[in-house]
Amino acid sequence: MQTQTLSGGFEDPAIQSAHAFRGIMEAMARPGTLQTISGATPPAPLSPAAGCVLLALCDTDTPVHLAGETDCEAVRAWLAFHTGAPTTGSTHCMFAVGTWDTLAPLSAYQIGTSEYPDRSATLIVECPALETSGATLTGPGIKDHASLSVPDVQALQSNRALFPLGLDFILTCENQLAALPRTTEVS
Amino acid sequence: MNAYNFAYLDEQTKRMIRRAILKGLAIPGYQVPFASREMPMPYGWGTGGVQVSAAILTPEDSFKVIDQGADDTTNAVSIRTFFERTAGVETTTKTSEASVIQTRHRIPEDPLIEGQILVYQVPIPEPLRFLEPRESETRKMHSLEEYGLMHVKLYEDISRHGHIATAYAYPVKVEGQYVMDPSPIPKFDNPKLGDMAAIQLFGAGREQRIYALPPYTNVVSLDFEDHPFEASKADHPCGLCGAIDSYLDEVIIDDAGGRMFVCSDTDYCENRQAAGHKGKDAA
Ligand SMILES: [Zn+2]
Repeated sequence: MQTQTLSGGFEDPAIQSAHAFRGIMEAMARPGTLQTISGATPPAPLSPAAGCVLLALCDTDTPVHLAGETDCEAVRAWLAFHTGAPTTGSTHCMFAVGTWDTLAPLSAYQIGTSEYPDRSATLIVECPALETSGATLTGPGIKDHASLSVPDVQALQSNRALFPLGLDFILTCENQLAALPRTTEVS
Repeated sequence: MNAYNFAYLDEQTKRMIRRAILKGLAIPGYQVPFASREMPMPYGWGTGGVQVSAAILTPEDSFKVIDQGADDTTNAVSIRTFFERTAGVETTTKTSEASVIQTRHRIPEDPLIEGQILVYQVPIPEPLRFLEPRESETRKMHSLEEYGLMHVKLYEDISRHGHIATAYAYPVKVEGQYVMDPSPIPKFDNPKLGDMAAIQLFGAGREQRIYALPPYTNVVSLDFEDHPFEASKADHPCGLCGAIDSYLDEVIIDDAGGRMFVCSDTDYCENRQAAGHKGKDAA
C-alpha cells in the first residue's frame, strides 16, 4: 500500500464532512452558484473538490463508477481506503466521477423509476474550468436566471426532459464545485 | 462534547441522510425514503426534523428552534439543548440571526433570506394518506400525477362548509408536478412556501421520509377557479404589538376567562414591541 493511499482524506472527518456537505447542498439547492470546498487531497487525476464530494457522500452503500483516467490504481486504492465504496460500471453506480467525455454515454446510468425517481445516479464531472458565465440556467433554486459554464447544453436539455426522472450533476474544478440537478433548464 | 458523535448521529447515517437531502432538492416535493434512526427523544418530538438538522449542521451555525412559533416550549428548548451539546452550535431565538431554523407548525413571519435553512418536523408526509392508506398505491398515484381524489376531497369541503375547511397541512403542488404536504403549518403560511429565498427541508422520522424545496421554487396551494385559495387568519390585531399581518394565537389571560389574540411568532412580536409598537392589551 502506498503512503498516498493513506493520506489525503479528511483529518477531522465529522466536521470536514459537514462542511463539505453544506457546500454540496448549497450548490444543489442553487444551481449556477460556485462553492469552494476543501479538506481532501486525493491522488491525480481527481480534483480536490471531487475528492471532497466522494469523501462526504460515498461509503460501502454507494457503488462508484470511475470513468476514464480516474480508473487507476491510485484512485481505486484511495477511494477504497477512505470510503469503502465498491467500484462498478456505469450501469449500476450511484455515483460516477470523470471528465464529461469519459462519463459518456449518459444513457448508461440509472435515471430512477417513476415511483422512485431518487434511485438515480449522481455524476461528478471534472471540468477544465468552472465559471459563472456561458449557458443560461433557470428553474428551482434560481431566482431569475443564472449563468454557468456547462459541458454540453443539448445533453443537459435531454436530461431535463426526463423529469422527474434523470441524472443529477456535480461539476468540479480544482477546489470549486457547482451543481445541476435534473430540474435545471439549460439554454 | 467528546462523549458524542458530532451532532449525535454516526457518519454513515449522516451520509445516508445527506444523500437523501440532495435527491430531495433535485426532485422538489418528492418524498425520498430514508432509514430513520432511533433518537433519544420520542417520535412526537420531531425526530425527522432532528435527524435532518443533525445531517446539515456545522459548528459555525446559529440554530433556532420554534414550536408553533415559540422558542420557549419544552420541545423547542430540548432540541436546542441537544444540538448545543452534541454539535457545539450557538443557539438563538432571533430569526434574523439564525442560519438553521428547525420548526414545528409555523414559518417565521419575517421573510427568510439566502443562506438560511428551514427544517420542518413532519408527522405525516403523505398528503394522500387519508385517501389511500397503502404506500404502494400512493406512490403509484404520485408517479401518475393522479391527484383527482385530492381535489374531490377539497371540493367536498366546499359543498359541506361553503369553503375549504382544511386549515392546517393544506396541500400544495410543487413545480407543477408533485402534490406535497407542507406539514401542519396553518394555511396562512402557505404563500411563504413558494419563491422563498431559504432552503426548506422536511423530515418525517416515524414515516422515514425526507423532502425538500430549493429556494425560489414554484409552490401553489390547491384550489378551484370558483373557490380560490385564501390564506386566512383570525381577524384581529395582535393584543401585544398591534400587528395586523401576523398569524395569531388566542390565549387565555386571566381566571375570568379573558382572552386575547397574540402573535404566534414570539420573536416577531417581541421585536415589534421593542420597536415601540403597542397593542390594545399591552401593559
Ligand atoms: Zn404581536
